[in-house]
Amino acid sequence: MNEEQKRAAYWKANLRLVGLCLVVWFVVSFLFGIILVEQLNAISLGGYKLGFWFAQQGSIYVFVALIFFYAYRMNKLDKKFELDED
Amino acid sequence: MELQTLTYIVVGATFALYIGIAIWTKASSTKEFYVAGGHIHPIANGMATAADWMSAASFISMAGLIAFLGYDASVYLMGWTGGYVLLALLLAPYLRKFGKFTVPEFIGDRYYSKFARFIAVICLIIASITYVIGQMKGVGVAFGRFLEVDFEMGVAVGMGIVFVYAVFGGMKGITYTQIAQYCVLIFAYTVPAVFIALNLTGNPIPQIGLGGTMSDGSGMALLDKLDQIVTELGFAAFTQQKGTSLNMFLLTLSLMIGTAGLPHVIMRFFTVPKVSDARISAGWALVFIAILYTTAPAVGAMARLNLMNTIQTGEVGTADGNLVYAERPEWFKNWETTGLLKFEDKNGDGRIQYYDDSNAAFSEKASSYGWTGNEMVKVDRDIMVLANPEIARLPNWVIALVAAGGLAAALSTAAGLLLAISSAVSHDLLKGMIAPDISEKKELLASRFAMAGAILVAGYLGMNPPGFAAQVVALAFGLAASSLFPALMMGIFDKRMNRAGAIAGMLTGVTSTVMYIVWFKGWFFLPETAFAANTPENWFMGISTEAFGAVGALLNFAVAIIVSRLTAEPPEEVQRLVDDIRVPKGAGAATAH
Repeated sequence: MNEEQKRAAYWKANLRLVGLCLVVWFVVSFLFGIILVEQLNAISLGGYKLGFWFAQQGSIYVFVALIFFYAYRMNKLDKKFELDED
Repeated sequence: MELQTLTYIVVGATFALYIGIAIWTKASSTKEFYVAGGHIHPIANGMATAADWMSAASFISMAGLIAFLGYDASVYLMGWTGGYVLLALLLAPYLRKFGKFTVPEFIGDRYYSKFARFIAVICLIIASITYVIGQMKGVGVAFGRFLEVDFEMGVAVGMGIVFVYAVFGGMKGITYTQIAQYCVLIFAYTVPAVFIALNLTGNPIPQIGLGGTMSDGSGMALLDKLDQIVTELGFAAFTQQKGTSLNMFLLTLSLMIGTAGLPHVIMRFFTVPKVSDARISAGWALVFIAILYTTAPAVGAMARLNLMNTIQTGEVGTADGNLVYAERPEWFKNWETTGLLKFEDKNGDGRIQYYDDSNAAFSEKASSYGWTGNEMVKVDRDIMVLANPEIARLPNWVIALVAAGGLAAALSTAAGLLLAISSAVSHDLLKGMIAPDISEKKELLASRFAMAGAILVAGYLGMNPPGFAAQVVALAFGLAASSLFPALMMGIFDKRMNRAGAIAGMLTGVTSTVMYIVWFKGWFFLPETAFAANTPENWFMGISTEAFGAVGALLNFAVAIIVSRLTAEPPEEVQRLVDDIRVPKGAGAATAH
């Protein structure tokens, strides 16, 4: 691979990863927390109804995990394509 | 020790700390003033970002919103945290790689247009000024209630403190004080929450206690108990949805993209050494934010439960089921004197009835009990956090801590916003447009003057808040969501995006959002100039003005893409710039040129 192909492949891999993360981001908040909240509320998680839990607790935990996951995977991509900073 | 003395000591100690930091961190170059020299550790930056982001609204108002809106307040919880995912994945690392000082600077360079940069500056200044008024008000209120100082005096003291560390230290001073302020505010927020959770559920972790069972021996889950108590008094169930799903969806989305597009937050990511640091730093920021944001639902629900239990002492409808007004607790009296809590004995029985009298079915039942209307004529939402320690009978030092925490939250956000404003003035307007040849030394001096000026304007507006101050937060998020976020994102992800497309998109986004707000709230928020009443029946597809930012952003994207495809592609060097910001390789520290 020459430099240009490397950059293109890196960008493609990045877009795929961003897309995957955004799907999860959408599912835990908009889907579980808002659209499907009533259906999920039929299930309970301790004293929480599940839909309510996703809306006020779960989505936030997943957001945190998502960013760290993305940062970890991107560091690997940077190295793999030799495009990291130093 | 007496509460007021104790509060003076605690608040005084935190202020001394902030000033100590200011003396230790003086900015000696524009790079230090704008981006703290560019070598803040990602965890430290995460902490500073959390304080920068969590305002008086997050600290004081959010739990109150949750207490009274219940499930529907989830939009704020998801919206104000989910934005960080967008920031980390779509903006922060690339803007860090770009390596300049301000957000409008990126827009100007990427779209090779001073006009585009100018639009960005205007959006930035309006969004930040409206936001900062709320912080100044928060400072005044906190001083007024806890230190019994005049509102104006409180604002003036707050301004003075910010002045010391922001004018001399710039971003460098602000960063280190924000770290200290984060520690103060998170301690102040979680300590009462832990005590209250322990009290009600026997579990010290609020996030688990909220899903736990009541320790009163009833064996009921706390949330079920709360649902039961409020519905017995005619209120909507806490965990039940009240608004429409479409509006909740769009409001959440607007708050998310607004959060990601707010310049004072984005700027914080210019201070870390590397692109990879910008990514991980956003994660740390969200960790520190999540500590407060996952505690807030517990604080809100438990405060509501405590409030209801205090007033409705026995079975609903029984003769002695309601609190006798003369026997009301001390905190009740304290907050009555502030006017934030108001009681009116409508049926003259000397007892307090607190129920939803707008609920027709329940009102009928209520009149059979001899109740003639809701007697808690005012329960200000903001009390929920401020009075929480008193309601739960926590020691005085906890109350003093809450005062210091509220002030830390307001001051840290105000400082971040003021830096965004002053750097837009000195770097984008002065250096970028009016006097490009100005020396660094002069620019640094100009940035200090711009900061001092911004503080005076913010202080003046805080003391004389325009009537619309409370409503303008919608405007701040709407502007950031509909103009800045799409322009920034397309600048990175759409190489074909050009000057004509970006400008047309930004103008469309801003105009549509502002027009929608004006249509229902009037010019300058004067209701008599509105074109239609601000009620759900009038809203376009039931979308509230607060939720319209997402629609504005969508219009921005659509118009920008169409226009850019019909006009010439951006010049060679701009396309190279896009290629360059997409990879971390070759990133230096943030530079002026």
